[in-house]
Amino acid sequence: MDKSTTATLENTATITRRNFFRLLGGGVAVVVSQSCIYGWADSPAVGKDLTVDDDSIAAWIHIHEDGKVSVFTGKVEVGQNIRTSLAQVVAEELFVSIQRITMIMGDTLMTPYDAGTFGSRSIPYMGPQLRKAAASLRKALLEKAAKALKVPVESLRTEAGEIVHDASNSTLPYGSLTRGEKLLLPIDEEVALIAADSWTVAGTSVPKVNGHDFVTGKHQYTSDMALPDMVYGKILRAPAYGMTLVAADIEKARTIPGVTVVEAGDFIGVVAPDPQMATNALAAISVQWDASPQPSKADIFSYLKENAQQGREDDGTQRETRRVFDASENRLEHRVEVQYIAHVPLEPRAAVAQWDGSQLTVWTGTQRPFGVQEELAGAFSVAKEQVRVIMPDTGSAYGGKHSGEAAVEAARLAKAVGKAVKVVWTREEEFKWAYFRPAGLIEVAAALDSDGSIASWEFHNYNSGNAGIDFPYRARTKHIQYHPSRTPLKQGSYRGLAATANVFAIECMMDDLARQLRVDPLDFRLRQLTDERMQAVLETAAERFGWKEAKAAGHGFGIACGFVKNSYIATCAEVAYDRSDEQLHVIRLVAAYDCGAIVNPKHLENQVLGAILQGLGGALFEEIDFRDGRILNPTLSSYRVPRFSDIPPLDIVLIGRKDVPSAGAGETPIVGTAPAIRNAIADATGIKLHKLPMIPQGLKNN
Amino acid sequence: MATLKLTVNRKEYEVDADPQMPLLWVLRDFIGLTGTKFGCGIAQCGACTVHVGDAAVRSCSIPVESVVNQPITTIEGLSDDGSHPVQQAWETIDVPQCGYCQAGQIMTAVALLKQNPNPTDEDINASMTNICRCGTYNRIKKAIRLAAEEV
Ligand code: FES
Ligand code: FES
Repeated sequence: MDKSTTATLENTATITRRNFFRLLGGGVAVVVSQSCIYGWADSPAVGKDLTVDDDSIAAWIHIHEDGKVSVFTGKVEVGQNIRTSLAQVVAEELFVSIQRITMIMGDTLMTPYDAGTFGSRSIPYMGPQLRKAAASLRKALLEKAAKALKVPVESLRTEAGEIVHDASNSTLPYGSLTRGEKLLLPIDEEVALIAADSWTVAGTSVPKVNGHDFVTGKHQYTSDMALPDMVYGKILRAPAYGMTLVAADIEKARTIPGVTVVEAGDFIGVVAPDPQMATNALAAISVQWDASPQPSKADIFSYLKENAQQGREDDGTQRETRRVFDASENRLEHRVEVQYIAHVPLEPRAAVAQWDGSQLTVWTGTQRPFGVQEELAGAFSVAKEQVRVIMPDTGSAYGGKHSGEAAVEAARLAKAVGKAVKVVWTREEEFKWAYFRPAGLIEVAAALDSDGSIASWEFHNYNSGNAGIDFPYRARTKHIQYHPSRTPLKQGSYRGLAATANVFAIECMMDDLARQLRVDPLDFRLRQLTDERMQAVLETAAERFGWKEAKAAGHGFGIACGFVKNSYIATCAEVAYDRSDEQLHVIRLVAAYDCGAIVNPKHLENQVLGAILQGLGGALFEEIDFRDGRILNPTLSSYRVPRFSDIPPLDIVLIGRKDVPSAGAGETPIVGTAPAIRNAIADATGIKLHKLPMIPQGLKNN
Repeated sequence: MATLKLTVNRKEYEVDADPQMPLLWVLRDFIGLTGTKFGCGIAQCGACTVHVGDAAVRSCSIPVESVVNQPITTIEGLSDDGSHPVQQAWETIDVPQCGYCQAGQIMTAVALLKQNPNPTDEDINASMTNICRCGTYNRIKKAIRLAAEEV
């Protein structure tokens, strides 16, 4: 964007329907309303008129007078490559080259409100609406051209950003049609869309649209930014959870030339002209802390159970399920323990804040720029409109960057010193004071009927969450319950949420039931499943893997499947246990994944791979260790994440379902990894593990 | 504080900095070359990898005074426009997801290929110890193999 536009924008609270063209020049734009997005699943005909108020606008597509296309969405890019896939769907429906499209994302001033980029919602919800908006725009341009050329609209077609009239061999560029126009149109809900099997841009592996900037080091992450006169901030933090500040001696820090110490109640921060000085200044503060008793990792599971909220009244299903279980001869009971794990986004939390009078601008890496805008407005008691949050494409998140801690800290320091301030968390801060994937205790009890079908299924999840908790198999009686609890450590969203834990517990039990019956775990699952998409991924993965083939001595095969939000994964694992050195090796993984129609096969495969590998860490060795509220392994040398040498050969089969709408893909594939490996370990060694991570200290200690 | 003379990407710089300051901060915050990233600060992740001479070095863990008068290369100095064969291979394979680790990965790969123009998978596993939390490892391997063919 050129300087003059930026200058105008800074005097304006937000782009609204009314000032859209004043700020952006002329052209034609189509508006997607929130009701289109959220009403999408049930009522496709909402949002017909443009009387929607500005708060309900979800996205815009704008064709400028020079023919350039801008797409405005509050979604953000954290490495899932939606900057590319959303541009693809627009390019497809609008018949323009992808190079002509600029995606303006995650900027509270420039883009309409968006609740956040999480839960794999961008592709299934924003994607179809942007498609419709682009198609509506194209339709409007065709109608305009028909009028201008005085020919029937049916005689026209669109190609590469132009309207073509074959009969007269004439073309009209889109830009020429929008010249002198200021036209804001509602989305046309009935507009014809291009069927997935005729896609030419969507459905292909378009490379990352700004990929070049990431191999040259040119892309500016928040942590790379520098503003004139900017200083660097550091925040004083307690050594452990549950500690409160008693006294702090700031004298030494205060007298370091160039350093300012900022105190506000319990908040103590320093700013300095360079990060090293800020670090030194912080270290020069001596502090007395008061500790309060805190739980430790050793007793976390009993703690979570004891502190669980009273569940809902038994509607009878629990009693009935218990009765069937107690009466059965053939039954199993497990207790599954899931540790806290960290997201470890490689770019830690970062923010740059700048005040201009009472106007605040903050650049920060967050999945919820509009949420952080509210956080900031609340923290400084200013109107939301006075706060602009901008989210540069960020060094990943995986569900771990919903919050705006660094943003608030930078803004607080910036306000106090009257200069722009950058705050970048250290790895240790990120480990200790971001938030974790919840720990959880899962109790599961199942019984079999004499014919080998499932008689009872009882499932209790304490604290970790209820995503993926549904039992996808047939059961005569079932009772499934999630018990929220009190968490001693800060916890929050994670890739796939609690589905990693719940699917792990379900799939371990399914395998053990099959073993109990001495039937093949694949056949057992297929027989108990009702959902044909789940059956299809299982069969596909098994076939590619060679499930029924012979295995080498000491090797084991494992299989597992799961679904989250309309997408299905099945994973097969082969492991080998070397008794001589007591090492467990994951020999290979094969996964089949179905998430409906595929927008970008390569980026989809990358997301699936990334999720599977992240699953590998949580399956085998990732865990947060803590004692008395103190995080004991807040470094990359003590908290292990998967590295090159941990990566087994991976084979991924993407099942394209052009008949099913696209689902988001960043999460589901993570859920199959742990149970597939666990079941393979059981197959190879007879050792049945019921915890995540499974082998933090190697297999021999189990 | 001391005045230190550095040669970065064939250019001379004079910086006033604490001689013990990690090279990474000097590159990023004094010279303004922000392509080199911070990921851990303790030589564990490789996001901060640069070359000192031909060797890949984790700049978060060496004091700036130790590289005075030695040729330092950062991602920005690999080529003016991303035309280095390793960068090109990265683009062809479309390696990056969030991209944060990739400058370090590329610098490590370039140093590896200089030493060993035809690395086996084991060689790659042994020398590529950089972390990619997005899990682009397999594509990085592919890109290294592709670059090895081109170089
Ligand atoms: S920042 Fe230097 S190795 Fe991680
Ligand atoms: S691409 Fe995100 S950390 Fe490597």
